[in-house]
Amino acid sequence: MTMLSIADLSVTFGGLHALKNLQFEVEEGEIVSVIGPNGAGKTTFFNMISGMVTPTAGEIIFEGESLLGLDPSQVTERGIARTFQNVRLFANMTILENVMVAQHCRTHQKVFGALFQTKAFKSEEDAIRKYGEEVLSFFGSRLVGYRLDQPASVLSYANRRRLEIARAMATRPRLLLLDEPVAGMNPRESAELTELIGRLRSEWGFSIVMIEHDMSVVRDVSDRVVVLDHGETIAQGPYNQVANDPKVVEAYLGRPVGSESSTEEIRP
Amino acid sequence: MTATSESVSISQTPGIAWRKQTRFALIGALSSAFVALAGMPVGLDRRSIVYPVLSMGYLSLLWIPFVLASLAGSETVLEGMTARTRGKKDLLAGGLVGFGSASGLALLMLLIQNFDLRDPLVNWSPQLLNLLAFNQPLAVGMFLWLAFGSALGLLGGAMHVLPKKIRSHIRNVVLTVLAVSVLETFLTDLLEGFGLEILTDYIYYKRGGLEIVGALLVAALALLVPLLVGTKLTDAKQKVVSLPADERRRVNLVLLAASAAALFVLPFFLGKITNELLANVGLFVLLALGLNIVVGLAGILDLGYVAFFAVGGYTTAVLTSPNSPGFSPELPWPVALIIVILLTGLVGLFIGAPVIRMRGDYLAIVTLGFGEIIRLLFLSDWLSGWFGGAQGITNIPGVNVGIATVKGTDPRSVFLLSVVLRASAVYVSWRLENSRLGRAWMAIREDEDVAEAMGVNTTNTKLMAFVVGAVLASFSGAIFSAKVGSIFPSSFLMLVSIIILVVVIVGGMGNITGVIVGALVLIGVLGGPKQPGLLQEFSQFKLLIYGALLVWMMLKRPEGLVPNVRRTRELHQEEFLQDAWLKGEIDTDDQEDPQ
Repeated sequence: MTMLSIADLSVTFGGLHALKNLQFEVEEGEIVSVIGPNGAGKTTFFNMISGMVTPTAGEIIFEGESLLGLDPSQVTERGIARTFQNVRLFANMTILENVMVAQHCRTHQKVFGALFQTKAFKSEEDAIRKYGEEVLSFFGSRLVGYRLDQPASVLSYANRRRLEIARAMATRPRLLLLDEPVAGMNPRESAELTELIGRLRSEWGFSIVMIEHDMSVVRDVSDRVVVLDHGETIAQGPYNQVANDPKVVEAYLGRPVGSESSTEEIRP
Repeated sequence: MTATSESVSISQTPGIAWRKQTRFALIGALSSAFVALAGMPVGLDRRSIVYPVLSMGYLSLLWIPFVLASLAGSETVLEGMTARTRGKKDLLAGGLVGFGSASGLALLMLLIQNFDLRDPLVNWSPQLLNLLAFNQPLAVGMFLWLAFGSALGLLGGAMHVLPKKIRSHIRNVVLTVLAVSVLETFLTDLLEGFGLEILTDYIYYKRGGLEIVGALLVAALALLVPLLVGTKLTDAKQKVVSLPADERRRVNLVLLAASAAALFVLPFFLGKITNELLANVGLFVLLALGLNIVVGLAGILDLGYVAFFAVGGYTTAVLTSPNSPGFSPELPWPVALIIVILLTGLVGLFIGAPVIRMRGDYLAIVTLGFGEIIRLLFLSDWLSGWFGGAQGITNIPGVNVGIATVKGTDPRSVFLLSVVLRASAVYVSWRLENSRLGRAWMAIREDEDVAEAMGVNTTNTKLMAFVVGAVLASFSGAIFSAKVGSIFPSSFLMLVSIIILVVVIVGGMGNITGVIVGALVLIGVLGGPKQPGLLQEFSQFKLLIYGALLVWMMLKRPEGLVPNVRRTRELHQEEFLQDAWLKGEIDTDDQEDPQ
């Protein structure tokens, strides 16, 4: 079943076409990687799905309903959660609070409950806390225990990335948008995270769209790879097919800046 | 061999840091001259601290060399470093700073003697010159100032040389004598309530200030009490902290109950002046608690907060006063309060809805505008049929609570009423802070875009903060109009908004205790925009002191007097991370696999 389908999506910033007539689909339970050189429009693509940028033309349909014109919070409520390329945690809130606040759109208690400490309020708070801890324990012992009450700013870079994923998971999404989840991690950590991404689908039942530059992660985890360049899809399909596509190789090789590292990455 | 040891000893006791000392001396010279020209010595001369030796006017100048010298000598010692051993050089350095500060005054005296700049500088007067010269010839006065300055500077430098124990005794004695003298009105009032006025009559001079004997007595007490009590207090605290969690909870509850009881009983022992003061503090605590939710928790910089205070006050006036020009239902106050809460909430919603979509500076400026608009509406001829224009609404009856009537002539009852409302405001703040809504506010304060992306409806959540803040301000407005008995647009100037904001910032943004402490310190001691504080003599310099305090706080303690944990973390992130690192709690990335 098609979960997310995007048709003829375009966005322009002034004269710049960040995305041109994009067609894109995600099946339920699929892991799709979006790759492409810098400036290809990958993050804009994510911003558009999550409602932070309004497209100039086109349609985004999630589970049969259009997402156009919705606020980011409403998109999250529909079941799409995202992480950010440059980690954006609530740095001065504790680790537990970070995942607690993410359950905002799944919970309902308002001023009245808080003031009179109603039964419903207390049980909801307990549930929020419990689910938060459950989400955090997905990453083993890294984010639980005494860490729960520490501010997010003490965490290491890799753990911040993990907490961002945990925070997105806490919104109880069905589709998870991961923006460069392993950026800045060392090979061992990214291998571990690759495995976790697989478990996110098998155990938590999320469908995943992932932007990633690390080709070994893309190869290991994705069912399908979509290649963007200059705001257009230039190829899509299974990893092996895409990696050998002459158009893709050209898109990476044709760039004078940073072309070397890109080619190395694309032929692991 | 000798050469090496010499070089080591040199590096351990470096010479005087000339640049730093000169800078502080210059700051001292400039601030002395500024204080003198602001009129503090002349204006405060009549009020003695210790009669007849020291008046508040002289004190306003004398603290400068001392404080600056001790500041100039202080050095930050980081964890793991050993502090430098202090010596004669520090004394000399302090003396130099003191001398420099005093020379600023000496120069000013010379200038006043020879030039007349009275036109722009009102206080550039022979009176100031006389005062500065101690009614002696100019040269004698100048010499005296330089001598005093150097001596005080030496003392300031000595604060770093003396052993810690002696230092703390000196500090205790000086601060206690100053506090006892400055808080004279309050203490007299308090002791009179307990029938102990004989004590205050003995130590205080009849026209204000301590007698010399009284000062010595107070100093002796300040020296003896810590020696006798010693570490018993801290020991007791340590004991409570080390108790198991549930027992500690019980002790805390007992302490809370005791202080609550004290709050209710104390007013009956206090005189009118102190009660009046506490009633004013109560009004501002309410306002500051409300603004704390808006600014401290949700991070919305609202500079027009006075608008809700005004709406609360005017609505109460219209609903309860028989003199209300347009519509006068003469409702009892409690009924009016309910309508006030609903109406102010609604006004909060109306003002908030357009404002809340803006961010940062733009939002601050727009709220500033709305604050003024509300005041001008109450002032306008257009609405004078309802609100009486500049004449306002008079003859507002007090609050009838059966046994007594709460009104301005009886500040005690006003204070007690405000305690009740304050308790509810504290409860509201506390519960909301630790709820789903409070977390959402915090997230918005941290990063609004991300909060939105994580499913928090930022518009509604921010609006909620605005409305809750407005309702708390309306409590204050309702008490205010019942207390004063009449209400005019001039009570709701922009200055009120600013002062409430200063209270929140100085007290500690986002911390309930901090806000209460802030209101006590600023409104209680210095006074509100129109209300006098404990230091009534300072009323004309109130804004100057407010400003200086705010600048100092921003430089030295931006998190406020009683800080919020989160804000401290935010403002001192490096220190916090360093501590975490020293405790071994810092997180490190996994090492790369050796394979």
